[in-house]
Amino acid sequence: MGVESTAHTFGVSVVSTRSGAPTILSDVRDIYRPEKGEGIHPREASRHHTQVAAPVLSKALKDAGVKISDVDAVAFSQGPGLGPCLRVGAVVARSVSAYYGKPLIPVNHAIAHIELAAMLTDASDPLVLLVSGGHTVITAFAARRWRVFGETLDLTVGQMIDQFGRAAGYASPFGREFEALSNKSNVLLDLPYTVKGNDVSFSGLLTASKRLLAERRGLEDVCFSLRETGFAMLAEVVERALAFTEKKEVLIAGGVAANLRLREMLTQICGVHGAKLFAVPREYSGDCGAQIAWNGLQGLEAGVRIDVEKSSVKQSWRLDQVDIAWRR
Amino acid sequence: MKKVEMKLLTRGAEAAVYLGDWFGQEAVFKIREPKQYRHPVLDSKIRRLRTLHEASFIAEARRLGVATPLIYFVDQERGEIVMQFLHGRRLKEIVNGDVGGAEAVEGWCREVGRYVARLHLGRIIHGDLTTSNFIVVGDRLALIDFGLAFYSTRLEDRAVDLHLLDTVAESAHHRSAERVTGAVLEGYREVMGEAEAEKVLRQLKEVERRGRYKKQVD
Repeated sequence: MGVESTAHTFGVSVVSTRSGAPTILSDVRDIYRPEKGEGIHPREASRHHTQVAAPVLSKALKDAGVKISDVDAVAFSQGPGLGPCLRVGAVVARSVSAYYGKPLIPVNHAIAHIELAAMLTDASDPLVLLVSGGHTVITAFAARRWRVFGETLDLTVGQMIDQFGRAAGYASPFGREFEALSNKSNVLLDLPYTVKGNDVSFSGLLTASKRLLAERRGLEDVCFSLRETGFAMLAEVVERALAFTEKKEVLIAGGVAANLRLREMLTQICGVHGAKLFAVPREYSGDCGAQIAWNGLQGLEAGVRIDVEKSSVKQSWRLDQVDIAWRR
Repeated sequence: MKKVEMKLLTRGAEAAVYLGDWFGQEAVFKIREPKQYRHPVLDSKIRRLRTLHEASFIAEARRLGVATPLIYFVDQERGEIVMQFLHGRRLKEIVNGDVGGAEAVEGWCREVGRYVARLHLGRIIHGDLTTSNFIVVGDRLALIDFGLAFYSTRLEDRAVDLHLLDTVAESAHHRSAERVTGAVLEGYREVMGEAEAEKVLRQLKEVERRGRYKKQVD
């Protein structure tokens, strides 16, 4: 069983390999929605999580058709994320673990995104682009760790899109509307394109896009230009990492993976470098319990455990700080 | 100089590099081919700009005491630079293969640090400091690929420039990461001067602290 609570989403899922192939038996989520035009408030989000925790947990067990005693272990998202939110999931997982005597398994939320996406797509040794509200990182596995080849120096791409949306008066997440609005234009406005080596920077792009909005340029044109410029930056650093690592697979994971234009750009790059693109299915691209349950199960089988006393949350836990026991 | 006579050396992310003949001399043809994934207007802007920048920075770096290939010809419209072919090996291979032993490798890494410091003192940020872009030619080190270079004296830009080398050391050469970065910083200090180097290194720590996942989201 896995408990997710890093940011907006409180989720619980049960995953099993008892029938052979990994199977997601249940995946229940309840998402905190901030007011239109506002970002996530950690305290409000954690209050939401506290309120929905019990019903979500019960439903996850019911949907999976299992009793809590059938569960082998409880995994939780230990970080990175918002402290108040992480603590709710950690408390739920610790309680279940202590009361029912189940092993407690710490999971890194970012790695869990990648591992679930890899499991669902059958990617075996991919270069990964993880893009969401909390992450913008290019990583590949080597010698026991996920190694970072490039990342954002400031905002994540999801933050940039959401903050731009809020400036335009839209609720977050803005991803779907952003895609729809962008598709209605083909006017490219001049925006800063900032690639620094293998890293990208989105803050200048966000500021300039907001300025265009303030200058009363069409929202669709600004969305289109923001998309073309921002995603081209991501595509460029992916291509650089791909040329450097010579991987034959590229996996795109995280909420922004749902964007078809980004997928199209990466497909073209993969074509040039003889690699294959794998994209996480849309329903599992966002934060969910299933990523924690699956990665927890991998950890369980590889002997990963944590004592309750040592299980405090890690708000800024980098994925390249985790020694991986389940990959060769 | 006809394409049919040219041999593809590498197709990197940034450009295709061919070996060809330039008026009877072996030469490298670095061509920034159009990127299909990019909007054509954006694509042509980026390719023109980087071609011009690269050629001028290569020349400028040599004046600062950083060995670089000689430029023979630049065609901005086609995104093409024709330059001297360097017979050598990439530092990436030397470090990975421990070629010449640990001491030799550290020596090259110190020279990397000196080169970067000379550029920084000359107001240049290379912008793409990977071990693939340093070439060992005989007993000399050469630096290539100035496509992302720019002028700046900001501590932040210098730190990010060095940070990239750090990232590469961690990712590509994780077995010898500490040795590589240690020697690079040693050479950097030597040329930059202790006080100035210290400022950059402090900023580097700040950059790394600020990086994603080391701080809270939002």
